[in-house]
Amino acid sequence: MNLWAIAIKSVRQRALASALTSLSVALGVMLMVVVLVANGMVERMFVQTATGYDLVVGPKGSQLELVLTSIYRIGVAGEPLPYRFYRELTSAKGNRISDAVPITMGDVTQQGGFPILGTTPAYFALPYMHEADGTPKRFRIRTRSLDGQHSGEGLIRNPFDAAIGAVVARHNGWDVGTKLKLVHGGSDGHVHDEEFTVSGVLEATGTPNDRTVFVHVDGFYMISGHEKPLSEAVARELEFFGNISEESQKAIEAERAGGHSHGPVPEAQKEVTAILVNIQGDVGEKVLAESRLMSRLNEGVQAQAVKPIVQIDRMMQTLVGPIRTLLMGLTSLIIAVSGIGIFVSIYNSMADRKKEIAIMRALGARRQTVLTVILAESTLLCVVGGLGGFVLAHLLILACAPMVAGYGLVVDPWTFAWGELVLLPVLIALASLVGFVPGMTAYRTDVAQTLSD
Amino acid sequence: MSLLLENISKSYREPDGGRLPVLEIERFEMSRGEQMALVGASGGGKTTLLNIISGISSADSGRVIIDDTLVSEMPEPIRDRFRAERIGFVYQTFNLLPAFTALENVLLGMSFSRGRVDRHRALELLESVGLSHRLNHRPGQLSVGEQQRVAVARALSNRPSLLLADEPTANVDLANQQTILDLIRTACTADSVALLLVTHSGDVAEQFDRVERLEDFNTAALVTPEASR
Repeated sequence: MNLWAIAIKSVRQRALASALTSLSVALGVMLMVVVLVANGMVERMFVQTATGYDLVVGPKGSQLELVLTSIYRIGVAGEPLPYRFYRELTSAKGNRISDAVPITMGDVTQQGGFPILGTTPAYFALPYMHEADGTPKRFRIRTRSLDGQHSGEGLIRNPFDAAIGAVVARHNGWDVGTKLKLVHGGSDGHVHDEEFTVSGVLEATGTPNDRTVFVHVDGFYMISGHEKPLSEAVARELEFFGNISEESQKAIEAERAGGHSHGPVPEAQKEVTAILVNIQGDVGEKVLAESRLMSRLNEGVQAQAVKPIVQIDRMMQTLVGPIRTLLMGLTSLIIAVSGIGIFVSIYNSMADRKKEIAIMRALGARRQTVLTVILAESTLLCVVGGLGGFVLAHLLILACAPMVAGYGLVVDPWTFAWGELVLLPVLIALASLVGFVPGMTAYRTDVAQTLSD
Repeated sequence: MSLLLENISKSYREPDGGRLPVLEIERFEMSRGEQMALVGASGGGKTTLLNIISGISSADSGRVIIDDTLVSEMPEPIRDRFRAERIGFVYQTFNLLPAFTALENVLLGMSFSRGRVDRHRALELLESVGLSHRLNHRPGQLSVGEQQRVAVARALSNRPSLLLADEPTANVDLANQQTILDLIRTACTADSVALLLVTHSGDVAEQFDRVERLEDFNTAALVTPEASR
């Protein structure tokens, strides 16, 4: 009969007290694991989502707000940039821009209030984020679109096509072929007459894309009232660039001639909320090109380029970091309290168990042996409680996964956070700590005295 | 020689700071396989003597030699191991672990020696004391006679060379007293185990060829508490 068997016997002898103390450890560990997993989710949601694009170019203003608006679809977009700015940025030589995707925002869906993002098909050809090891994550279509595409690329090829995120599809019960209308600026606003048709449903990405409806930027501006009035657009262009483009000139002339087109809106009347930019080259070249572009744009007064990952990192450190530390501190305290519970339970049992300890000593058990038995007991209580906590935590996450999925968070209940690996040695150390004092009581037991009592 | 005590002295501290001598033994010996009854007045130091022999307590001075090994000079952990392997102990109050079954209590007796925990031997021993049908019963589910038989099996589990029995029949009903005594004596005879049995019972003592009164060789019994101060 080894020491573990003796310890298990002792734990089973006090089954109720043992179960309760283990349960308190389990609850502490469960909370800790949930915090760790939630932290991982928040990190993935914010940090990894920010890895999709090298730069975001947008109007002057708060850099963080630009990132939150354009990538996370949080908040209200600022004064948009002229579409000409986007065209000139992409055509300028020496920028080393490999991809530049315009996005325009402002409307929401009539059902569910999901944000509408006007963009180009190129949006779906780019990775929406990169894994920690640099692996790009690309859009996938969950159901076949009308034209049979399977990858994200090729969606919204027609002006009134729409692609919808997984959460939008699930929440609204939409699928390929569903007709939808846009609400101007909010669900209680004006409902546009134009109808868009869902041409593809994106697979869940665990990013804000899941809660977004994508339409073609041309279609977006073909909606009545979305195009800027030509006179305003020209005035803005003149103010922004100091001149008027040839295309704007033609549009003015066409308007003067009384012409009216049902086709795409002229460039001068279109705007972009932001431009998602990727830079080409190796790491060194990219850093240099990014710095140059940021310096050039940020020196001006009308536009800016920001690195999303830098903004989000800063936000995580200043806002999310302290909250995470606080939660971890609180759950650590809970585990420590559970540890004290184990200490009290074992220590209180020592008075009843002195006789047992003395008998074992009389049978030839060494002082170290009885100390080890007590430590084994506290380790058992901690480890069993801890493992129970792991299982409870992941079952809780499993139960909550469908709920958080409604917020666009993809949760794998069986994904383990690295911090969980640290918990086990911490629990064993805690067990040694709380088992030591009662263990020393066992160690110091006066055998002859106890047996004669 | 199975047991030899030389110049053993043991005293206890009294509340007023004085010392109460309990044992003063110049020489005491038992030969290999010898069976002896030790009688004496209550509080005369019989249990203390057994504790010193087994190494549970230490004498203030003197030497304890068991199987030609100087036990009293051993470091405590070595002495504990020696006790586990060479000395069996049967108590008046059985001292079985209540959470362990009869079989587990016997196996526990083997757990602290260097030898392997021999389940087969444990089963044999329990069968020999008539408890093969009570293997999985806890002490609380056994009669007092059965509990003492488990204790006897446990004491013999490591094939000791010396068995110490402290009033082993005192808590057992009359019907079982002789059975227990016979079990102990038969087992000791079979394995040439020396037996030192402390008893108050004249009926028990008279069955032994050698009966010693502690007062006869313990000079501390002659010292009154007043004289010791």
